[in-house]
Amino acid sequence: MSEPQLTADAVDYMTDTRPIAEGPAGPGCAKRDPIVVADDVSRRFGGITAVDVEHLEIPRHKITALIGPNGAGKTTLFNLLTGFDTPNSGTWQFEGTNLEGMSSYKVARLGMVRTFQLTKVMGKLTVLENMRLGASAQPGEKLRNALFQGIWGKREKDITAQADVLLAKFKLDTKRGDYAASLSGGQRKLLEMARALMVNPKLVMLDEPMAGVNPALTQSLLDHIKNLKAEGMTVLFVEHDMQMVRHIADWVVVMAEGKVVAEGPPAEVMRDQAVIDAYLGAHHDVDLGAAGGVQELEEVLAADEESVVGTEDAGILSEESVLSEDSEILAVRPPDDEDDDGDGTRERRTGRRAADSPPDVVPGTSHDSRED
Amino acid sequence: MDFGEIFNEAIGEMVSPTTAAYALAALGLAVHFGYSGLLNFGQAGFMAVGSYAFAMSTILLGAPWWIGLLIAIVAASAFALLLGIPTLRLRADYLAIVTIAAAEIIRYVVTTNSLTKVTGSANGLAGFRQDFLRLNPFPPGNYLGYSSPDFFYRFFGWGLVIIFGLGVWLLMRSPWGRVLKGIREDELAVRSLGKNVYAYKMQSLVIGGGFGALAGLVFTLPRDVVQPANYGTELTFFLWTCLLLGGMSTVLGPVIGAMLFWVVLSLTQNILFGLIGVGALPWLNPSQAGQLRYILVGVALMLLMIFRPQGVFGNKKELAFS
Ligand SMILES: Nc1ncnc2c1ncn2[C@@H]1O[C@H](COP(=O)(O)OP(=O)(O)OP(=O)(O)O)[C@@H](O)[C@H]1O
Ligand SMILES: [Mg+2]
Repeated sequence: MSEPQLTADAVDYMTDTRPIAEGPAGPGCAKRDPIVVADDVSRRFGGITAVDVEHLEIPRHKITALIGPNGAGKTTLFNLLTGFDTPNSGTWQFEGTNLEGMSSYKVARLGMVRTFQLTKVMGKLTVLENMRLGASAQPGEKLRNALFQGIWGKREKDITAQADVLLAKFKLDTKRGDYAASLSGGQRKLLEMARALMVNPKLVMLDEPMAGVNPALTQSLLDHIKNLKAEGMTVLFVEHDMQMVRHIADWVVVMAEGKVVAEGPPAEVMRDQAVIDAYLGAHHDVDLGAAGGVQELEEVLAADEESVVGTEDAGILSEESVLSEDSEILAVRPPDDEDDDGDGTRERRTGRRAADSPPDVVPGTSHDSRED
Repeated sequence: MDFGEIFNEAIGEMVSPTTAAYALAALGLAVHFGYSGLLNFGQAGFMAVGSYAFAMSTILLGAPWWIGLLIAIVAASAFALLLGIPTLRLRADYLAIVTIAAAEIIRYVVTTNSLTKVTGSANGLAGFRQDFLRLNPFPPGNYLGYSSPDFFYRFFGWGLVIIFGLGVWLLMRSPWGRVLKGIREDELAVRSLGKNVYAYKMQSLVIGGGFGALAGLVFTLPRDVVQPANYGTELTFFLWTCLLLGGMSTVLGPVIGAMLFWVVLSLTQNILFGLIGVGALPWLNPSQAGQLRYILVGVALMLLMIFRPQGVFGNKKELAFS
């Protein structure tokens, strides 16, 4: 995957501080070195306009995050750019090649490979076969060569070696021989991402890659994604987790109601009032994962007149129920929800440890879900 | 009632050319559905195209057997392309609808009276195997109880089943087969990896349809007559029964399925006839018994689907995830 001369360039891609945009950052601004350029791309479904992008450029060798509220048109834009859907209007280029009207498999062959929000794995193929399927330039995939193992055996070995390296990186090596259908939801996400990398893409487009992946693995995946950049790939990803966006994105594009409403480096975009109103919410910058994060949110919310925290309507949002001994975050219950069984309430208020409750039950709702 | 006789007859059915034809056609369906997820409900149409192409080129053009065979395969491939081009880009159900309709159209066209000179209408065409029989390497005599030509038909039919069975097995182990299986599982995902799904589906449709055409020959040559009544929709569904009986995504499945299908038909028929003969079933007459055996095959299929849904040779593990 990584050619030798890339090690020298790697330093470049990782530490490259040249400006990404050519002028001031703003919706549709021109980039110094765009890999994808889209113009007037629009897609309507009946009455609604799902995507209406006037101009968008994706910077090469950078990690770009595409964020926006549910239904903003992020997935639809992915579909349009990769040929899985046809726009009502618009043109777009990948590395200068016009992609308008090009079928999706040809787009992928050019090096623009995407994953799906609703994960797609080949259930009745093994994990390894899923990976091998991603490889390109396998002569045995041509019908006329298929019967002659002599022609494709060598490439198959190379492919398998490449697959094993990726499977190890994505912690799927122990599942190598299992049917993909037996994987958990998060493991499928990982497999899909690893499989996309088998194509050796120039641009990887990931639709919510971290949805359902556990925090520890998210960390190592973030590193993998950064490494993709080091290897010379460009990454475009959709993500709702702002921590992740903050940590790895070089550039953020914000969509709302089909339009690009803001663009810029993550820190700037997240201060943009329009973005905060449309998507992030007023208190998005408090990191609940960090030590003291919950207390911080508590204080911020208490100062906010629209919030119930600090008033008598606070319910279990009040400090003693939010802060269990290990700062576990409890599910929010509407304050008017009658609790007819005092037992459950007391347990929650005293801050039950996560270990005491069954692992798949959200603390605070465990009682109700078992009763119903 | 002579059980030895009944048993012998069942074994005879198991290796008959008709069973070989069913096995080959069901193998084509396995390529279509078991490996590529294509719903072909017109395999009888492919068999008809193959048989008629062979019979017509031999009788009307006086073509030698191998030209007839070539024309049969070319005709079936053209038929597959004709059905595939408009439908393979669409959802799976469209192919199902188009194939079932196209197979019926073929049957009605060859039955048309105004084409009697070309297709023989409902009576069909007869007398086209002389040149083919010149291939028969077996001198007259007795081979395992069969006459030389009878043995040759079986040799030809099962020879094809073995050759193409091996071919399918090898193909499905290759990267090409992997792409097909990927398409069966998730077409969009395969496209996102840069594979031309449409071309693969077309190849699969042509290959499986070609098996259908050859099966048509295996079916029709021993009879030396090709008649439209033999290629009705029920033939397609018998082939699907064979496929489901044996297991879909295997090579042995459709072959064993075809054998089972004919053994069960033969056993039930002869046992019912035997019972009627000794007066044990006064409420049943022989023609009803003929119908009843298909009901019994249906019941057997239902039991199989309940207790062994993956078919006799299917992979239980695969099924756990469907
Ligand atoms: N096939 C379709 N038919 C009709 N409407 C659609 C279709 N696909 C998407 N839409 C609509 O287009 C809009 C954009 O949807 P899209 O899936 O792109 O949102 P998204 O930004 O990916 O949201 P999320 O963050 O929830 O994944 C939505 O209003 C959706 O209802
Ligand atoms: Mg989406």
